[in-house]
Amino acid sequence: MKQTFAIAIGGAAGQGVATPGDIFAKIFSRRGLSLNAYNAYQSIIRGGHTLLTIRTGPEHVSNMGDRIDLLIPLNQDTMDRHLKLLTSGAACIYNAETIKPGSAADGVQLCPLPVSELADISRNKVAQNTLAIGAGLHMMGIGFAALEEALREQFKKKGESVVVENVGVARAGYDYAAAHFTAFPNPLPKTEKRYAVLSGNIAMAMGGAAAGVKFYCAYPMSPSTGVLHWMAAHARKAGIMVRQVEDEIGVINMAIGAAHAGVRSMCATSGGGFALMSEGLGMSAMIETPVVVIDCQRAGPSTGVPTKTEQGDLWQMLGAAFGDYPRLIAAPLDIADCFKVIPEMFNLVDRFQCPGLVLCDLLLSEGRLGVDPKDLDFNPAIDRGELITGVNGNGNGASAAIATNGGYKRYKITESGISPRAVPGVPGHIHTVATDEHMEDGVLISDEFTNPIKRRAMMEKRMRKVVGIEAAVPPSTLWGPRDAEVTLIGWGSTKGVIEEACEMLNEEGISANQLQIRWLVPLHGEVILELLKDARQTIIVENNYSGQFARYLRSETSFVPDGNIRKYDGEPFMPHHIVEAVKEQLAGKTKLSVPMHEIMV
Amino acid sequence: MATSVQRASQLTMADLKGRVDPDWCPGCGDFGVLAAIQKALVELQIPSHNVVAISGIGCSSNLPGFINTYGMHTLHGRALAVATGLKLANHELTVLVTGGDGDGFGIGGNHFVHTMRRNVDLLYIVMDNQIYGLTTGQTSPTSRVGMKTKSMPFGNIEAPVNPISLALAAGATFVARGFSGDQKHLTELIKQGIGHKGFSFLDVFSPCVTYNHDNTYQWYRPRVKKLEDDAAYDAADWTAAMEKSLLWGEEIPIGKFFERTDLPSLHAAEPVLNEGPLVHLDPRVPPDVARGFIEELM
Repeated sequence: MKQTFAIAIGGAAGQGVATPGDIFAKIFSRRGLSLNAYNAYQSIIRGGHTLLTIRTGPEHVSNMGDRIDLLIPLNQDTMDRHLKLLTSGAACIYNAETIKPGSAADGVQLCPLPVSELADISRNKVAQNTLAIGAGLHMMGIGFAALEEALREQFKKKGESVVVENVGVARAGYDYAAAHFTAFPNPLPKTEKRYAVLSGNIAMAMGGAAAGVKFYCAYPMSPSTGVLHWMAAHARKAGIMVRQVEDEIGVINMAIGAAHAGVRSMCATSGGGFALMSEGLGMSAMIETPVVVIDCQRAGPSTGVPTKTEQGDLWQMLGAAFGDYPRLIAAPLDIADCFKVIPEMFNLVDRFQCPGLVLCDLLLSEGRLGVDPKDLDFNPAIDRGELITGVNGNGNGASAAIATNGGYKRYKITESGISPRAVPGVPGHIHTVATDEHMEDGVLISDEFTNPIKRRAMMEKRMRKVVGIEAAVPPSTLWGPRDAEVTLIGWGSTKGVIEEACEMLNEEGISANQLQIRWLVPLHGEVILELLKDARQTIIVENNYSGQFARYLRSETSFVPDGNIRKYDGEPFMPHHIVEAVKEQLAGKTKLSVPMHEIMV
Repeated sequence: MATSVQRASQLTMADLKGRVDPDWCPGCGDFGVLAAIQKALVELQIPSHNVVAISGIGCSSNLPGFINTYGMHTLHGRALAVATGLKLANHELTVLVTGGDGDGFGIGGNHFVHTMRRNVDLLYIVMDNQIYGLTTGQTSPTSRVGMKTKSMPFGNIEAPVNPISLALAAGATFVARGFSGDQKHLTELIKQGIGHKGFSFLDVFSPCVTYNHDNTYQWYRPRVKKLEDDAAYDAADWTAAMEKSLLWGEEIPIGKFFERTDLPSLHAAEPVLNEGPLVHLDPRVPPDVARGFIEELM
């Protein structure tokens, strides 16, 4: 079992949970430790309850894990909710003057801090937080210099006196822990690795910049807003136009307008906003102007639980907009993949001139992961497909010549279904695109003389792109032993937690392998059937009520798994949820497991 | 691909003739608007490949198919949003948005208001016939109280929107009204609207000869009075424009209600475009900038 260490910091929103989290994350990543952070919070600006979990370790940490090693409750509520989760070997650091511990399990170390003795609390309102950081770091076996550096960076904008004061408070906590608390038995190691710590939203925004996105627009909606924030903050340096639009209908249409002019154009939203974009996606497909839309799923239906995660939008993606049209849907597997999938998606949508949907979720969007900076490649392959721009267009500048138009047909019927796309402004290629059905030259067939033969030809032209799309996208592969006792099937963000569940099962003598789906469209159903034909027991794991992927897989392949593990309480899976569910299913107790989330957040 | 024939001659009306003839009803006001747009482009000599006509859905929104410029026939009510994106991505293009009153003031009302306050540099021509035509005659947002339609057979009881007042209130920097029955005047307004650097709104009375029997050419002709004929009228005076916008009845003003030129258009206010249109920017983030983005996270 790999060595990991998890800290949970909890308090009311506005109490300063984020700052200690950022400081710990910085210190861990600079030690060359991998880390995964998940913040459980509510839709409230002040108050409520927030619990930030940061799990770190020398090897790749892909999820929040099962265990809290160090709990730092910033208020009584947090202590009351979570002390009972701690097991032997764990510790809890708290303000002895304002928080009373309850009863803890045997072997749990209670670490009360006499806050007013150690710091001037009249001057420093968050002294308890800083003291706890200092005490915690000592117990993890990390030298004080790392903390001093992190605090200096954190507070340098507020001036040297604030830096000195915070360093002093942290030092007091650090020294107090040395004298009064027992350090954890395994000090956190150091490695030579280097990590960038980022959220999935930042990863997707940066992936967009790397892909050459020049136009980004959005309407704020949790949990997608982080994409807008990164884009807005970095737009000028990256040369990206960022606009906040009046609603998501405006967003998708504006994004398509920019794309139509010839730039790569992207937008992000959550399920509710995506619902408003549906008609626009159909336009992208019909006029064959590519656009990339990110949906950061949250718990639905309707406004649902805005700050909680779910994989509940799959069928909305599959059914978005009326009529049949080619589309791509990818679900990134982790935060590093959130970056990587964007340039890939743009190359595909540019090539096939259709909409591309990125199906992310709150777990990845707002979670944070230590990523190898080499995985943030700002020089990916860029393939704009058959695009005719002012640079390569063969027309001349004489306006009157356009009447002949060089025989250009925007929707030329081709074997691939792809028709070379000229952008407005290019001489010699004038045409009108239309959301109505049209002929090869763009002239409508919908109004005056509807023509079944031409309609059929245009439908088939567009839909032929599906063949090319399938060939361009690699199918999934099976990870782990081929003859495993159990095969866990997941999609998108559950990759890390299923992976760890498989490791745990293997350690317990239950051999397990994993099929994780990244591309939902194209699905490559026949490859999946081939991969699963020898599987001994198949279980689909997903974060929704109805088994949206299970139903999709069955509709595409007739495949029905032996069992399902589903969770729809708003919180992500923890590895033990899956392990325990697998065991009960292997024992024949049930075919549908719905794990209970033990952490009340 | 065949190369176009090089011709140095001027842009003519023939060059702007679309691939198909308009399918509007004989006598439709939209013919006059199309012709006025073509005349304005010829008079301004804007190369037709640099013009994009963008519309929503409805009878009048079929216009891009009838003019030989680049065109986009988009979704019902969404033309202004599409046009905003297109203009911001390539502000060297001349963008004309055309549509009807249902498209612009009904289903597209939200985008109408916000595009005006953003001062996007385009000309928005609404062919206002106070009726839904393509859906065979229902009440529109500009239908007068009492007007009988298929959707309100006993008479409309809802107050109509006043497009001119609304445009003025929303911050449009060029607001005008034309009449399809006065080609010459309309052409002049279109030329001014294209020339204006910012959002230009042009509401055009464009009678529907099939479904609107109240607001006909005959009804308009004696009523419309050109603001330009009043030497005392100052189109720089917003309050005066607002007052004029409220006139309706025996005398209905047409012409330029308002123009201000002191505000930058959206693309002019955006520093990202200092280096030129987005379509011409290098898609790659410079390596040192990219390195900086990653270092922020370490």
